[in-house]
Amino acid sequence: MTEKKSVELSVNGRTYRRSIDPRILLSDFLREDLGLTGTHVGCEHGICGACTVLMNGASTRSCLCLALQADGADITTVEGLGDIDELDALQKKFREHHALQCGFCTPGMLMTITELISRDTDLSDDEIREALSGNLCRCTGYEHIVQATRAALDERRS
Amino acid sequence: MDHEARPKIIGARIQRLEDPRLISGNGAFVDDLKLAGMLQVAILRSDHAHARIDGIDVHEAEQMPGVVGVFTAELIERYARPIHATSKMKGYQSTPLHALARDTVRYVGEPVAAVVAENRYLAEDALATVAVDYDPLPEIVTAEAAAHEQETVLHEGHDSNVLVRRTFERGEVAEAFASAAVQVSGRFRFRRKTPVAMEARCYLADFNKGKRSLTLYSSTQVPGIIRDALVDVLGMPGHSIRVMAPDVGGGFGAKASLYPEEILVCAISRHLGRPVKWVSDRLEDLTSTSQAFDETIDAELALDADGRLLGVKADILGDVGAYSIYPWTAALEPMQVAGFLPGPYVMPNFSASVTIVATNKPPTGPYRGVGRPAAAFVLERLMDMAAGKLLMDPAAIRALNFVKQDQFPYKTGSGIVWDRSGFSECLQRACDGIGYEGLKAERQAARAAGRWFGIGIASYAELTGIGSRMSAAPGMPINTGTESATVEIDASGAVTATFGIASHGQGLETTLAQIVAEELGVRVEEVRVVHGDSAAVTHSTGTYASRSTVLAGGAAHLSARAVMDKVKEAAAFMLEVESENIDVQDGLIEAKGSNKKLSMAELGHAVYSEMGRFPLEMREHLDLRATKHYDPQFGTTTSATHIAVVEVDPETYMVDVKRFLVAEDCGRVINPMIVDGQVHGGVAQGIGAALYEEVVHDEAGQILTASLVDYLVPSAAEVPKLDVIHLDTEALGTIGGYRGMGEGGTIGAPAAIANAVADAVSHLGIEISELPITPERLYRLVTAAKGLSEGE
Repeated sequence: MTEKKSVELSVNGRTYRRSIDPRILLSDFLREDLGLTGTHVGCEHGICGACTVLMNGASTRSCLCLALQADGADITTVEGLGDIDELDALQKKFREHHALQCGFCTPGMLMTITELISRDTDLSDDEIREALSGNLCRCTGYEHIVQATRAALDERRS
Repeated sequence: MDHEARPKIIGARIQRLEDPRLISGNGAFVDDLKLAGMLQVAILRSDHAHARIDGIDVHEAEQMPGVVGVFTAELIERYARPIHATSKMKGYQSTPLHALARDTVRYVGEPVAAVVAENRYLAEDALATVAVDYDPLPEIVTAEAAAHEQETVLHEGHDSNVLVRRTFERGEVAEAFASAAVQVSGRFRFRRKTPVAMEARCYLADFNKGKRSLTLYSSTQVPGIIRDALVDVLGMPGHSIRVMAPDVGGGFGAKASLYPEEILVCAISRHLGRPVKWVSDRLEDLTSTSQAFDETIDAELALDADGRLLGVKADILGDVGAYSIYPWTAALEPMQVAGFLPGPYVMPNFSASVTIVATNKPPTGPYRGVGRPAAAFVLERLMDMAAGKLLMDPAAIRALNFVKQDQFPYKTGSGIVWDRSGFSECLQRACDGIGYEGLKAERQAARAAGRWFGIGIASYAELTGIGSRMSAAPGMPINTGTESATVEIDASGAVTATFGIASHGQGLETTLAQIVAEELGVRVEEVRVVHGDSAAVTHSTGTYASRSTVLAGGAAHLSARAVMDKVKEAAAFMLEVESENIDVQDGLIEAKGSNKKLSMAELGHAVYSEMGRFPLEMREHLDLRATKHYDPQFGTTTSATHIAVVEVDPETYMVDVKRFLVAEDCGRVINPMIVDGQVHGGVAQGIGAALYEEVVHDEAGQILTASLVDYLVPSAAEVPKLDVIHLDTEALGTIGGYRGMGEGGTIGAPAAIANAVADAVSHLGIEISELPITPERLYRLVTAAKGLSEGE
């Protein structure tokens, strides 16, 4: 049996120290060890984007990342954006524009768009679509997600 | 403000009640649930498409760290017996559904053994050591082979691989074709798809030894169907089995059937007396979740010299994979292809033959639209081909042939009745909406510049909200025709509405709350909708076939009205007025023309918690609760016209969908945002079906599209801006005037895109009769046409 390794990381502003099986994926670590089930697993191949989190501000596939690789990192998951009673500005736009249906791809989508909005404020709808092309959604057809992103960008700019 | 003047809740863009938890990461999908002592399952799946199992060696696996047990069919059979999807169709050959393969495997991906361990990592470690001794059998991988093969019959006791056949005939088809001025025909191929819900299937079974009861948390659309089936399979009484669908990450029909893995986790949990969870990974999803849209259709259309339809005939060969899906049966999709082939047109003569064959591939099951996408693809291609021969505009030939308002109700050649819908109106609104004349001018200019620019129109009609007189498959073992609603107000004035449906993305917690809120005069946020729980209702099936708004919505109206009568009676007594003078608004009960008022909380308290508050003769019937059922009997007609604008790159053969517009008639709209969202999602899947998605098996039945790298689900970059126009008309004959509209997007979009691509390459003399029309397919068609034209 492989010996456990220790990992220390900050998730949504809180520091965690754990001793783990070195092969545990970051996605499984967040969901199982830390109980943060907001991050979802859709393919484990790095294609669908449901597992997207921010690692040191950059969008990252948590299913392709070992938990150990996040040692010393600052992770933000959907639980770190807003609260069920106080959604953040982007989450409110999602609600206003009906940018989710089943909600499974939504956390990953929100993390990607959070990064997008923080980096750039001048994007065409086609550029938004391109930027979202790494987050698959089967329910919405993307139209309302693009509208919500557009609205969030416009709000940031004003 | 009186009742008529206050703002309506039905029809309003209410923000969804289910959103806050889903947006903030507080959803509860099955894999989010943890129970004390829970174990994880890893499944060994067949890597042969057809083989006998001579032996399974689990000895090493049983010894591996963290492993609690390794299961094969032998042990599972102590807890679960096989189940068959039944049918009344003549000559139907049924197939048994087992949790684990017994002596024979019939598709790559079929479950063979299960390792149960403390976590999935350890379970998979052990899985790698399980050795199965397979004795390969000949594989039957194409429908043509299955239809003709005599030697290799996939199921014991069957006389062939044809699971069922059926023919339809109405009118004078031979004469119609003999006299036709114009005929067009083709061999159409609609290739296999898989629904790919973003949440792959997941099941958690919890057997409580003390209570001898089982709870199955299932990522399912149909908790009621699963529960009734499990009573049969597990031999446990109904009051001891509960199936709950918590948050479910999409279904699209893929989660509307009973799966081996559902039975498996229940049997294992019973054996171990501990909760047992299985989470599908994406490879498992692509190889074992039900697939769809696998038909070969030879069809011909006959018209007169003016472009009026005389008749259609078709031979439909349906490849349904290795098993007849429970409960829908293998007949589900291919029969619907035939049933909807006449389309929204006046077409007096119709004949079709349907041959449904088993092959060594995963079973097919319901997928959004079922047989209607293929039917629309075939008919709408033929319409455009006919328009081409007659030098008619594609919009004009459709307008000419639609069933008109004064012809409703209209019985089609396949026996389906269109009650009433805006077929012509949808086409007109779509053409206006997209600026059809301007678009044609744009096309002309593009072609002059050498661009491959195309416009495609597709019109269709479907039946939604079907009741007991319409069966998806005659003799199937479930009742889809009724839905129930229980509305109740409790001692605190809280309103709960309970249904047998199971929302999995379509926002039913909101739309049904809108109906109840409007009927009761309370605020939407005050209504809690309970769904997805087989124990919350006496009987249920679930959400599928675009039924929930019509059936559950209709029952909600009836039930809420019945509760409102009781509210009025109780309030009238308390406020000492006549009950006709009672009105409820924003949850406040008022006596009209006076200052007297009462909160819902005060009413609830008085009715339930104040002893002797009401006279004895009132108390007996006064609980603020009513259960009503609704069976619309036939169902209602939903229709739309889709218009696609595409450009094909002459070098890469990539098809770019530049514009897409839908004009649809879905009756009365409860929440416009939700309706738009459903259309958008369906169209995106239709774009996938038309251009990108195909499940490919090689000649040995091995899947080649084994990840999302190869099975291409459209991303945001592949889907253009989608415009939707609603014809807000009221459906006759359904309570509330609603029509179902969850599936329309996938029905019209493949046909519209196929027509647009055909238009774009029409100068090359190419036929578009196969979907998906990938760059490679288009390249081969273009190259072959060039070869012919260059006289090779």
